[in-house]
Amino acid sequence: MKFFTEFGLYLLTLKGMFSRPENGKMYWKEFMHQCSDIGIGSLGIVAIISVFMGAVSTLQTAYQLVSPLIPVSTIAQIVRDTVILEFSPTLVCIVLAGVVGSKIASELGNMRVSEQIDALEIMGINTKSYLIMPKLMASIFMIPMLVVISMVLSIIGGRLAGTATGILSTAAFDKGLHQYFKPYNVFFALAKSYTFAFIISSIPAFYGYNVQGGALEIGRASTKAVVVSCVLVLFADYLLSALLL
Amino acid sequence: MIEIKNIKKGFGNKTVINDVSAVFKTGKCNLIIGTSGSGKTVLMKCLVGLFEPDSGEIIYDGQSFSDMNEENRKNLRQSIGMLFQGSALFDSMTVEQNVMFPLDMFTKSSYTEKLKRVNEVLDRVNLKDANNKFPAEISGGMKKRVGIARAIVLNPKYLFCDEPNSGLDPQTSLLIDKLIKEITIEYNITTVVNTHDMNSVMEVGDHIMYMYQGVKEWEGSNKEIIFSKNKLLNDFIFASEFLRDAKDMRMLEVRGKIDNNRDMDELMK
Repeated sequence: MKFFTEFGLYLLTLKGMFSRPENGKMYWKEFMHQCSDIGIGSLGIVAIISVFMGAVSTLQTAYQLVSPLIPVSTIAQIVRDTVILEFSPTLVCIVLAGVVGSKIASELGNMRVSEQIDALEIMGINTKSYLIMPKLMASIFMIPMLVVISMVLSIIGGRLAGTATGILSTAAFDKGLHQYFKPYNVFFALAKSYTFAFIISSIPAFYGYNVQGGALEIGRASTKAVVVSCVLVLFADYLLSALLL
Repeated sequence: MIEIKNIKKGFGNKTVINDVSAVFKTGKCNLIIGTSGSGKTVLMKCLVGLFEPDSGEIIYDGQSFSDMNEENRKNLRQSIGMLFQGSALFDSMTVEQNVMFPLDMFTKSSYTEKLKRVNEVLDRVNLKDANNKFPAEISGGMKKRVGIARAIVLNPKYLFCDEPNSGLDPQTSLLIDKLIKEITIEYNITTVVNTHDMNSVMEVGDHIMYMYQGVKEWEGSNKEIIFSKNKLLNDFIFASEFLRDAKDMRMLEVRGKIDNNRDMDELMK
């Protein structure tokens, strides 16, 4: 029963976002601010994770491909497809669910508890629209970009690890990268990242916006937002893979 | 003028406000007083539209708030200013940006015009040289003054203050009270103040409404409150022995039984 109540409230929160902005310029300013916070703010962690993710993928794939019949360039092909299809969209979004999700939930939760949201409401501002919409739009705009950056950095990381450890040469890695490349995989990865971006911004925004209580509840809402977002990302990952592959 | 008629509000099975009616006059400081949990804050939140009353009517200068659609409510809200208990300043903005925010959102004035208006209101609340400070860098009293400045920057017709003196020392409380009173008269607005503070009641209470367990128990002015025979009100107002003594002394003064201009130094000897 509680699930349906929460789900209904979530849908109502999303519905409440759609209204004519009081001042388009202010909404744009807030959108740009969120783009910077979510996009630029998460770039460092995404870069670090991606490089190591690609490097580890190369080493582990090489470790498993022991047959002399399989050319070494296949390692790069496997790394490329694993990174594009799964690691970059899913793993990066799981990390972003923690980084961006907890930030959104705690920011809105703090605004709710300290009556800042009430202050905006009294001014005649649609707070769902002004506070949630820019975060949602910024996530949908920036997270796929981060995923694309992650793909590139992972492949670079894999190439560096492969050549540094002597597993395969740069020429062999580059050859593998071009083998049987399907552009549809990138489309699939982007479809996933748009879906995950929506999940990891709307769920924390919902939990943060509806916090009741004090600092303890903000912490709880933030944790719950991250947990629910991660579970939903994994569920959506399975669903999209089943539908689109 | 704000008129409320038979307001009822409950949460679950608990009735928090039960059939409250009152008139809050323009140019006056209208105070809502009462113990914690008496329904003052809920009533104020109903007045500003943060809570929807279960029944009853709220009328702003002849316009029924309850009958308004969302668009009209939005327009009305632009003529409402509110000072929150915790000031509710935006943490990520400086004092200047906080006060300028309503102007940014609802006016098309140039930056210079907006800045001029911001400085005007900050000056009005006696807050200079704090434009570039963040809320975390200023004192509680200053935060309240920034809150007042933000509330009046759009020249509101109605001002609501929820516990403006909470967490402030008596001197700063008096300054805030005086400021609210002055602004009410100067801008000729309808001010509704929610308070526990007895100094506020005596200093600025043009019209006082005492609430007890969600019901309006007493209504009158700060001149009348001292002579009230309402036991619940007296227990609330004169809760301390000191205040009871002060009241007895005042009664004796008024009845001419003791000299109003008595020499206290002489008496102390």
